[in-house]
Amino acid sequence: MTLAPFTSDHEMFRKTVRDFCVKELAPYSREWDEAGIFPRELFKRFADMGFFGIHYPETLGGSGLDYWYTAAYVEELAHCRNAGMAMAMLVQGEMATPIIHEIGTDAQKREFLMPAISGTRIAALGVTEPDVGSDVANLKTTARRVGDDYVINGSKTYITNGTRADFITLAVRTGEEGYGGISLVLFPTDTKGFSVGKSLKKLGNCSSDTGLLFFDNCRIPVHYRLGEENQGFYHIMTNFQGERLVAALCAVSGSQLLWDDTVAFCKERKAFGRPVIGFQVWRHKFVELLSQIEAARQLTYMAVDKHNRRENALQEISMAKLVACDLAQKVAYDCMQAHGGAGYMDEYDVSRAFRDLRLLTIGGGTSEIMKEIISKCIGF
Amino acid sequence: MKILVIVKRVEDPEIKIKLKADGSGIETEQMKYVVCPFHEIAVEEALRVRDASGGENEVVALCVGPEDATQQLRTALAMGADRAIHVVAATSALDPTLEAIACEKVIREESPEIVILGKQAIDDDLGVLGGMLAERLGMSQGTFASKEISLDSDEEKSKIPALKIEGGRLTVVREVDGGIETLSLSLPALVTTELRLNMPRYASLPGIMKAKKKEIRTIQLSDAIGDATMQLKVIKLEAPPKRQAGMIVPDVATLVSKLRNEAKVI
Repeated sequence: MTLAPFTSDHEMFRKTVRDFCVKELAPYSREWDEAGIFPRELFKRFADMGFFGIHYPETLGGSGLDYWYTAAYVEELAHCRNAGMAMAMLVQGEMATPIIHEIGTDAQKREFLMPAISGTRIAALGVTEPDVGSDVANLKTTARRVGDDYVINGSKTYITNGTRADFITLAVRTGEEGYGGISLVLFPTDTKGFSVGKSLKKLGNCSSDTGLLFFDNCRIPVHYRLGEENQGFYHIMTNFQGERLVAALCAVSGSQLLWDDTVAFCKERKAFGRPVIGFQVWRHKFVELLSQIEAARQLTYMAVDKHNRRENALQEISMAKLVACDLAQKVAYDCMQAHGGAGYMDEYDVSRAFRDLRLLTIGGGTSEIMKEIISKCIGF
Repeated sequence: MKILVIVKRVEDPEIKIKLKADGSGIETEQMKYVVCPFHEIAVEEALRVRDASGGENEVVALCVGPEDATQQLRTALAMGADRAIHVVAATSALDPTLEAIACEKVIREESPEIVILGKQAIDDDLGVLGGMLAERLGMSQGTFASKEISLDSDEEKSKIPALKIEGGRLTVVREVDGGIETLSLSLPALVTTELRLNMPRYASLPGIMKAKKKEIRTIQLSDAIGDATMQLKVIKLEAPPKRQAGMIVPDVATLVSKLRNEAKVI
């Protein structure tokens, strides 16, 4: 396998994403973080650039391209220097919607996926609950079958795009306790009985709205169910791999950007009469980090390659997420340290990156869960 | 209405230039290439003029450059140009006279109503191609086209062209010392673009996909220039001298004394 098979077309697209991020998004990053939200019209702009439909077929409004385009997109998205907005966009294109493409009916694709690709309906993914995080198998939100409807009761929390989503790819309990009783449904948020608590305040990713959602006797038709009844846990485990791959790519590119920024800072910043980079202790620290970032990148590319070829990449994706997201913590810590007092101030981007990168070992499956999955993959 | 826009392939300004040890050129090993930002603005303006004019309209992108310059033409096509012509040369940093001869040949064949290009390219900053071409083609020219309204304005966002065509004439606004000059040009006309003319669009993913199906016609440089030969020769490239570190003086008297006795400028 050739690692990183980016052609000149991939590179042209990469430049488009980079220029768009640097010119149109990064200048507003602080403003959006302080406001705790970014403008809704950005969904439309992303859609117009083709960012939500990269690997979806042209018949659905996508571009039908390989996953390396997605990899280039996710990598360059780091340059918007606003992980909250980036996460919201990735939920729209890479987390809440791939499963509709993979197991949805034609009618579901028309009603939910196509408007998501065109940026007219905002998507969210609803799995986590106030009492259920990593142990998805124990989720408590119920969907009771009444005639041709499901009646949904319960709540979801930490839901990205939660306060303004138009529909939610929602995990609910339709059957017995445990993993065998879970189903996935597409839930329109204009359904009667649905309400949203205020946007939750967070350590980082501040520009994204994070919702606590309530479902009080919400009725949706049975044909909004994705896939077979009570097969939801299986679908979550097999069809949500893209979410983790995206997290690994974000971790690598976020680490690289922070590394680049910090090395540039240390070339300018003087201590004891010479630039900080002139000290062997820092040079060694930086090349050690750079080597590890490259290793994480190659592991992630291996997972991308397998995922792109539609092979089972559960183990590789879990490993890439584990390694890259853990590494991002080390990079954030060391880059903050290299900035000294300046890094602790808001003036430099490192403080924002330090907060934003922290989510990576938690969201989309914690590092501990990744280790559980890998344990099972290798037969422990 | 046919509009021909020239795109130039230049070194990516985000990559730090390194000179070859013998000063004969720059290191190209790790170099990436992009469409020159001035010429991107030219493409954008061409697309706006096309989209604002009624009837059959076409934007043709032209590039004189090496084999790989197809990437820059693809970018212009991905932005929305309809087709492209590639004059294949050994280098992008061609003698401007040869480039003008090559462009002239293509333009005479295509006979567009408007030719648009960047006022200069960011590689060697010569800024002579526009003038040379207008002279060779006998076209009226509006150089350094700019516009009065801010690039943050709603008018800019609505992608209205700054170049206006009325009654068979083209209006070009240009910045001059102390004010704005408005030219009315007879067609065909040649326009060179200033940075404040517009905000160029991005090559969207659907645009990149469409560009794959658009035609790029190639012409060999030798076929375009006949027996014309290079007139400009680069003797040596040198980096500007490194700036000396500054110093902080304790008071005005010391400053004046240093300026008078050491720098000898007052």
